[in-house]
Amino acid sequence: MSARGLNRFGEADRRSARRPYGGLPAPGSRSSDLVPRPAYTAEAEERILGGCGLMGVCDESGGRMSGELALRSMSSMHDRGNGLGGGFAGYGIYPDFPYAFCFHMLFNDDVAKDDTEYYLARHFVILHHEPIPSKSVRGIEDEPILWRYFLEISDERLAETQLSAEDYVVHSVMDVNNHIKGAFVASSGRNMGAFKGVGFPEEIGEFYRLDEYRGWTWTGHGRFPTNTPGWWGGAHPFCLLDYSIVHNGEISSYGINQRYLEMFGYKCSMRTDTEVVTYLFDLLLRRHGLSVEIACKALASPFWKDIDLMEKDDRQLYTALRAVYGPALLNGPFAVVLGMGEGMVALSDRIKLRPLAAARMGTTVYVASEESAIREICPKPELTWMPRAGEPVIARLEDGVNLATSAAYNAVA
Amino acid sequence: MTPSSESVRRVPTGPARRGPTGIEPARITAGQPGLESGLVTRDGDTAHIDARGVYYKTLNEQIRELVGAGVSTVALDNVNGQRYIGAGISADHLTILVNGVPGNDLAAFMDGPTVIVDDNAQDGIANTMNRGLVVVRGDAGDVVGYGMRGGRVYVRGDVGYRVGIHMKAYGEQHPVIVIGGRARDFFGEYMAGGEMILLGLGDSSEPLLGSYVGTGMHGGVIYVRGSVQGHQLGKEVSVVDPSPEDTARIEELVTDFCRVHGFDETEVLSQPFGKIAPFTHRPYGKLYAY
Repeated sequence: MSARGLNRFGEADRRSARRPYGGLPAPGSRSSDLVPRPAYTAEAEERILGGCGLMGVCDESGGRMSGELALRSMSSMHDRGNGLGGGFAGYGIYPDFPYAFCFHMLFNDDVAKDDTEYYLARHFVILHHEPIPSKSVRGIEDEPILWRYFLEISDERLAETQLSAEDYVVHSVMDVNNHIKGAFVASSGRNMGAFKGVGFPEEIGEFYRLDEYRGWTWTGHGRFPTNTPGWWGGAHPFCLLDYSIVHNGEISSYGINQRYLEMFGYKCSMRTDTEVVTYLFDLLLRRHGLSVEIACKALASPFWKDIDLMEKDDRQLYTALRAVYGPALLNGPFAVVLGMGEGMVALSDRIKLRPLAAARMGTTVYVASEESAIREICPKPELTWMPRAGEPVIARLEDGVNLATSAAYNAVA
Repeated sequence: MTPSSESVRRVPTGPARRGPTGIEPARITAGQPGLESGLVTRDGDTAHIDARGVYYKTLNEQIRELVGAGVSTVALDNVNGQRYIGAGISADHLTILVNGVPGNDLAAFMDGPTVIVDDNAQDGIANTMNRGLVVVRGDAGDVVGYGMRGGRVYVRGDVGYRVGIHMKAYGEQHPVIVIGGRARDFFGEYMAGGEMILLGLGDSSEPLLGSYVGTGMHGGVIYVRGSVQGHQLGKEVSVVDPSPEDTARIEELVTDFCRVHGFDETEVLSQPFGKIAPFTHRPYGKLYAY
C-alpha cells in the first residue's frame, strides 16, 4: 500500500482505510504504515460489518462443478469479510495428476523459491511444475510468487526413511514452513489445491481464475481477521495433505492444542489459530484412524452433564474420548468446513456461537454461514436445515470417485 | 547467472510483474456494494421492487423512499441475503412482503410495520424490535428477538439457538414470540420480560427444546406445548402448570398465531401446556452485596 493510503489510481486504498485495528497499526507493521485515526464521522462511515464467512459444496456422486460456484456463493457474503483474506479449496481439480502430491507454494522472493526447489528436488520426484495461473484483478496487490509442484516420492526414499508417503509429506511441509525463510506451503494434497490470499474472496477467486477449474468439492472463505495479521499465508483454507479447513471464529484453546500437536511433530507456523484444526483432523482421522463422527466428537465433545444422561455404552465411549483427547478439544466459538479426499464435513462449536446453515439438492450437499449464500447457487434446495451445535454435517463421496485418498492408498498397501 | 549479492537476490519479484494492483474489478457482483437500484413497479398502494442483486443499503433506501411516498404495501421479490430489511422503519399500516431469504437483522429496531417472509429467515430477526409484526412462513435462525422490546414474531417452523435472549417488557411494551416448530439451546436466555410460546407442531425426530432453557431468566414467561425435562432447564427457572389466567392468555395468542399461519387452533390447544417461569426477578440481587 502507498504511504498516503491512496492507490495508484488516486483512490482511497480501502485496505488501509478499513484496517481491522481501527486505524491503529497492525501488529508487526512498520511505523511508516501508521495512518491517523479517522475522525468519528469518517469512522462511522467506514463501519465494518464483521464476521468471517465460509461455504462448502460437495457432490457426493463425484460430479465436477466449476469453481465459479464457490466464487458466487462467497461473493454474496462480501460484507462478512473486510478484504484482508479470501480463499478456496477445490478437490478433483487436477485429473492429469490425480496421484501426485500437489504443492501450492507462496514465495516471498526468488531466494525462497530457489531454496525450496533445491529441497523439493532432493526429496521428491518433480513430475511437473508451473506458475499458478492468475490474472490482474483490482484490489489484489503485492502477491507473492505463486508456483505449484506435482510431486512423487521415490520408493528408495520411502524405504530409507521408513515413513508412509503421507507422513513423508507432512515432514516436508513442516520443514519448508519452518526452515525456509519466505516460503509457505498453501496446500499439499493429492488432486486438490488451495487458492488463497489477501483480498475479498471474489477478487481472490477471480485472480486465481477459479472458473477454469472443475471439482467435486469446493470450500470458500472470506476473512475478517481479529487476533492475527491479514497476510497471504494467513488466509484460509489451511491445508495439510488433502485436509483443508476454512474457519469462522476463534480457537480459544489454541495454546493447549498447539502444545498437544507439537508432541506429534506438527509445528504451528502460520501465525493464526485455525491451523491447529487442520492438524488435529490429520492426527485424528489419518494417523489415529478415527471415524469422522468420532473425531468431531473429540473436537467438539458433549458436555459432562449430557454424558451423565447417556446409556452405559455411550457414556463409557464419550468419557474415554474426553479423557484421551482432552487436549484436542476445541474451545471457543467456531464453525469450520473440512474439505478432504473422501468428501466434506461442517462442524460448529458445542453451543453454536457461530452461524452455519446446510442444504441438500440431489447428491449435492451445501453448507454456508448464511442460507442466502446457499440459495445464491442453489435457489430451491430439496432440504434446508440448521445443523445442531457440535453435530457434523457430513458429505461422503461415493466409492470409486476419488482413488487418491489416503484411505484408498492404505487399503492397497 | 545467479546474482552474488544477497540483497539483490532478496528483491521480491512477485509484485514487480504486475504493479501494485490490477485495474479490472472482479466480475461477480452478488453481494457487492453498488448503487444499482431494483426495478420498481407501482400498482395503486402496492409497490414491487425486484431485489435481485440489489445491495442491501440501496434496497433499504428504496423501501424508505416508497414508504415516504405513501405506499401501504412494499413487496420485495427475489430477495436473497439483503440485511436489515424493515430495520428502524417507524410506520403504521405498512406491510413489507419478503419473497426469498432475507439477510440478518430483519426488522431490527422496527416500530410498527408488518413484515411477512414467505421463506426461511436468517439470524437476528426482530433484534431490539419496538412494535409491529414479523411473520415467517419457514424456519428462522439463531437469536430471534434479541433484546426485543415490543411487537410480535410468529415463526411457522423451527428456530435456532438463543431465541428470545434479553427480551424485555415495560409498561405498554410487551413483546411476544410464537414458534410453530421446535427450538434449540438457550431458549429465553437472560429473558427479562414478554412472552414466548413454543408449539412443537408437525412430525419431527428433533426434540421440542434443547438445553439451558431460561438460563439467567428473571422476568417474562415461556409456555411450552409438551413436556420439558429438568435437565433441560437453566438454574433460574422451573416448570409449573399454567393458571386459568395463563390458559386464557395462551388461547388468545395461539388463536391469533393459527389465524395468521392457517393452523387449526382447537387441535393445537388440545394438548397440555407447561409454563416456564423464573424463581425470582432478581437472581443476582445479592451477588455484589456485602
